[in-house]
Amino acid sequence: MSVVEAKTDDRILVLAGRHRVLAALVLLIAFGALRYDNFLGAFNVSSVLRYNAMFALTGLGMCFVIMTGGIDLSVGTTAALASVVSAILSSYGVWPGLLGGLGAGLAIGLLNGFMVTRMRLLPFIATLSGMLAASGAALLIAHNRTVAASYETDFTVLGLGDLLGLPIPAWLAAAAYMIGSVVLNYTSYGRYVLAVGGNAEAARLMGLPAERVVFAVYVQSGLLAGLAGVLLAAQTNAGLPNEGVGWELSSIAAVVVGGTLLTGGEGSVGATLAGVLLLGLVFNILNFENGMGWISLSAYWQSVIRGAFLFLVIIAGAGGSGRRPGRLG
Amino acid sequence: MSEAPPLALPLASPRTKLSLQMRRHGAYWALILLVVFNLAATPHFASWQTLNVNLTQVATIVIVAVGMTLVIATGGIDLSVGSLMAISGALAPILFLSPFGSSHPVAGVAVAFVAPVLVTGLFGLFNGWFITRFRVQPIVGTLVLFIAGRGIAQVMTNGNLQAFKNPAFQFIGLGRVLGVPVQVILMLFLVAAAGWTLRKTLFGREILAVGGNEAAARLAGIPSDGIKRRVYMISGLCAGIAGLIVVAINSSSDANLVGLGMELDAIAAVAVGGTLLSGGQATVVGTLAGALTIQLLRYTLLANGVPDAAALVMKAAVIAGAVWLQRRGSAP
Repeated sequence: MSVVEAKTDDRILVLAGRHRVLAALVLLIAFGALRYDNFLGAFNVSSVLRYNAMFALTGLGMCFVIMTGGIDLSVGTTAALASVVSAILSSYGVWPGLLGGLGAGLAIGLLNGFMVTRMRLLPFIATLSGMLAASGAALLIAHNRTVAASYETDFTVLGLGDLLGLPIPAWLAAAAYMIGSVVLNYTSYGRYVLAVGGNAEAARLMGLPAERVVFAVYVQSGLLAGLAGVLLAAQTNAGLPNEGVGWELSSIAAVVVGGTLLTGGEGSVGATLAGVLLLGLVFNILNFENGMGWISLSAYWQSVIRGAFLFLVIIAGAGGSGRRPGRLG
Repeated sequence: MSEAPPLALPLASPRTKLSLQMRRHGAYWALILLVVFNLAATPHFASWQTLNVNLTQVATIVIVAVGMTLVIATGGIDLSVGSLMAISGALAPILFLSPFGSSHPVAGVAVAFVAPVLVTGLFGLFNGWFITRFRVQPIVGTLVLFIAGRGIAQVMTNGNLQAFKNPAFQFIGLGRVLGVPVQVILMLFLVAAAGWTLRKTLFGREILAVGGNEAAARLAGIPSDGIKRRVYMISGLCAGIAGLIVVAINSSSDANLVGLGMELDAIAAVAVGGTLLSGGQATVVGTLAGALTIQLLRYTLLANGVPDAAALVMKAAVIAGAVWLQRRGSAP
């Protein structure tokens, strides 16, 4: 794949970026562990992982989409739609609930892929439509109300259960990232994703199935958002048609913090996970800090801090890769 | 995915003429169709009240979308507008409810009109600085204030609802001049001013040149970074004005809700209106028509008993369909 090899420079930068994110994550965890008694306690670790697993899943889908040079604004409302569908189906058991949510995500993913590759809409507009359609569908199916999930089946175990001491949502997210990493680094699909994002026209001229690759990343993002929705329903025991507002932009932020460029062609699955955890830990540490009693920052500071964090990450990244001539915003 | 649009108008073959017509006027046709349909199907449609309701509801979206049109004309995008609305909406009541504002009612209200808009204008300038200084993609650059901006508004008010009754301030949202709501007048004024700027001034030409081909524009001596900073500042100013109107209408300011989702409504209006999202071609009047189309579609569906959720799905279809038609129209 000469397209990929020709970008050795970029890959080194990505590597550096990846390690920087990991280093920041390790520092933040070390800070928390030294400063707060229960930071690494089973309860805190478990609840942070359980909650952030959903954002890890939407972030993974977003990461692949962004690597092709696209964007997916629909992940939040797709998750909301999936939570409604799986909550309704949860009375039939775990599998119907799970598959129903995945099916809902698949449907929106197919719709997005169709609009981007067949109708040739800009990803931003296509997935904006997908976002509105998913939200409308969720509200229609749920009749504008929260839908209770079934307690009689084991459905809620998906969200609330543990396996070997870790929450099941964390296992699911970890599995998704393992698969995502292998797919990106060791399969032709992964190489095609990067090649298409690097230069779609060149990839097409080389005979790569560019359209199918682009279609596939939107389907993949839809499926992952669907799984996130299933976890949402299982954790809250409810289908929440109004949930998911702003998830898409938090997911994009996590991907950017992870060092994946929005121009496509480069990216790292692991760094995206680190980005998700970094943004999640900011909130967690804020809670602990308030608990210490020294300061009392309202929860509203978390958005300010997250925004400032994103700002710093971008500035730090711009020093390495942003100022090369020819790479314009 | 996106193909760069031709900066100059293509030579007028019949086909391109037709397609240009379609792109330029698609939103107007949709608007006319909706009006005709409503005249036939919706009872009591042809009334001043219907007109007033629709114009009043669409005014804030149009005001934000005017700034967004200029940003998109340079090939950028501004995701922070909703959060900036929350900031100006939070700041205004703080100012006129402050000790200074209560003891000097006139000056207090004047400051409450001017200061929040200046603040959001500065935030807009920050967006422009960030994007040009660090060569950040606009979607990422404005994401920072999208996330942090609402937080700033929430921190300023501690997340509390600020309720108020201040007729002088609320004139901007509830007042009327010769029977026309003030925000509608503001909206029309901003549309006219931006439309004139884009068509008749050097600044407008430079905006389109930067959006059409930035490298060429720069080689031609156009200060593209300065142009970009200015359009983001204008977008911030527009968002600030819209934030004032929203809290004035509501008689209260809720930092959690003011402007929520506005960025996408504004972008949708711009896209449906016929402005190219990749930059270089823009129409402010088209944006007005696009916003009115989306608004009237929702009104039509609600007036005819279609639930709001279904109206959302229809809105999605109309946005995708409109942009698809424009794409087909613009394909060589």
